[in-house]
Amino acid sequence: MLTNFMAWMDKRLPLTDAWNKHLAQYPAPKNFNFWYFFGSLAMLVLVNQILTGVWLTMSYEPSGDGAFASVEYIMRDVDYGWLLRYMHSTGASAFFIVVYLHMMRGLMYGSYQKPRELLWIFGMLIFLVLMAEAFMGYLLPWGNMSYWGAQVIISLFGAIPIVGDDLTQWIRGDYVISGATLNRFFALHVVAMPLVLVILVFLHILALHEVGSNNPEGVEVKKKKGSIKLEDQSKFKFHAQYTDKYDIVDAIPFHPYYSVKDIMGVAFFLFIFCWVMFFAPEGGGYFIEAPNFEPANGLKTPEHIVPVWYFGPFYTILRVVPDKLLGAAAMFGAIIMLFALPWFDRGTVKAMKYRCTLHTVNLIQFVISFLILGYLGTKAATPLNNMIGTVASFGYFGFFIALWFYSKNEKTKPVPERVSH
Amino acid sequence: MSNVPVNNGRRRFLTAATAVVGGAGVVGVAVPFIGSWNPSARAKAAGAPVEVNVGKIEPGQLIRAEWRGKPVYVVRRTEATLNGLAKFDDQLRDPNSEKAQQPSYATNAYRSIKPEFLVALGVCTHLGCAPTHHKGDFDQFVDGMSDGFFCPCHGSKFDMAGRVFQGVPAPLNLMVPEHSFISEDTLLIGVGQGEA
Repeated sequence: MLTNFMAWMDKRLPLTDAWNKHLAQYPAPKNFNFWYFFGSLAMLVLVNQILTGVWLTMSYEPSGDGAFASVEYIMRDVDYGWLLRYMHSTGASAFFIVVYLHMMRGLMYGSYQKPRELLWIFGMLIFLVLMAEAFMGYLLPWGNMSYWGAQVIISLFGAIPIVGDDLTQWIRGDYVISGATLNRFFALHVVAMPLVLVILVFLHILALHEVGSNNPEGVEVKKKKGSIKLEDQSKFKFHAQYTDKYDIVDAIPFHPYYSVKDIMGVAFFLFIFCWVMFFAPEGGGYFIEAPNFEPANGLKTPEHIVPVWYFGPFYTILRVVPDKLLGAAAMFGAIIMLFALPWFDRGTVKAMKYRCTLHTVNLIQFVISFLILGYLGTKAATPLNNMIGTVASFGYFGFFIALWFYSKNEKTKPVPERVSH
Repeated sequence: MSNVPVNNGRRRFLTAATAVVGGAGVVGVAVPFIGSWNPSARAKAAGAPVEVNVGKIEPGQLIRAEWRGKPVYVVRRTEATLNGLAKFDDQLRDPNSEKAQQPSYATNAYRSIKPEFLVALGVCTHLGCAPTHHKGDFDQFVDGMSDGFFCPCHGSKFDMAGRVFQGVPAPLNLMVPEHSFISEDTLLIGVGQGEA
């Protein structure tokens, strides 16, 4: 009965073929470690955000007059409204934690290098859209931090010479942030951006499956057709799309091996996620900031205006530059650097363990700089903080510059032919 | 299919012409989508001038008025504040108010119509936060200056004429909006001197 149904379907839609190509017969390197959890976790959080987001819109009122009260209504009067909102707000922070770790993985194992440049760029586009999505979502509760956060970020476009002021007015749809701004952000947050995000995720995975997954050794598991003896090839059955072009070694089918492994990661992740959601949903003031429990007030800026933690690093770069245009340029530049990473790195050895010591040191200083920038972004702009922030900003940009220089004639360790375990 | 010879030049011309016409169509369709983001007629109508009674402001006190949804600071400056303004000119970006951040009738040492009343938008020229008025304790930011404005967002500093200090992110002095006095004690924000 089921076989007949599947046969009927397969004649009309390549269902079984797609399942095999992307899951049951997709060759994934056998040596994935825990860093490889974060891709599937990101998908999980995306599903969480979409589901809870759809449910929140059922009770939320996108208007300058009603938004703040409707969030209170969700929190107090709607059955499980508090839970849906906390799933969504905790999910936003979790999304960035997972994505930052996912990007870190790419940095350590050279997953952005040839031939995975486009894969990396799709990932960076996802990151960019995610930041826009999070920024617009943060305006929706219409608290005072929502309001002034949006004011600061939209004003960034005012730094652009000549058209800046008209552009900010066009984005706001008013002379100040107002209900008009709220409504358009709502439309973008719940319709346009998620649509773009889902399409980009689809392209990201499609590109991944074309070039194949990298691994902690940075050794390809797809070898030239005919170069590997049959007894040395992987014993598993892989989809013809891969085996027609390559000999596959040291790989296992994604399903059931990694789908089961990922369940482990999901369980571990949900443990932490649920703990935060139930016991610390405001994330100690980092996930939901205190001034946001006050309604938006266009005449009064909160005492300490800081972005949500995940924008911290870029925000610090913005404010340590004592010039409006250059500050905004440095902030956007920090993201452009990441986009261009595959071309800053002129090396051919992917994994950190086979690259020169300087590379490891450079990576470590980059991570430390990034963490310091992130921390400072959530603190007041004192002269000392600005000084430390300046040093950390040099560390951030220095990573890319240094990489460009030493990766050209880098002293690397010998890379094995095959994944070593 | 017949065997009529293919004229590639014509085909290219037709393709290009179709693309151009199609492109023009796309541009045309984009107009309403982009245009709908401009401030609506209702938002524009809400920008009417506001009257403020300044007669009851104590010397040294600041009051906030709202005009076009933005905070407008009105400060009655004391004699001592006015006399002290010039002392810090060398630390300011634009001490003589050369940039067009004020109407011509306020382009003077005090950046105001009547010296004692400063009327300025409480909108930092960096990224639009509302600077905090520090009365008596501004010397924590600038040595020897007791009153001033400090922006809590990115630390920009302004003196009591709304003039910006050097070495801070804000590039310009605080904006002085069009304003006028319609009687001794009544300030009208949004209509310039001699326009009404």
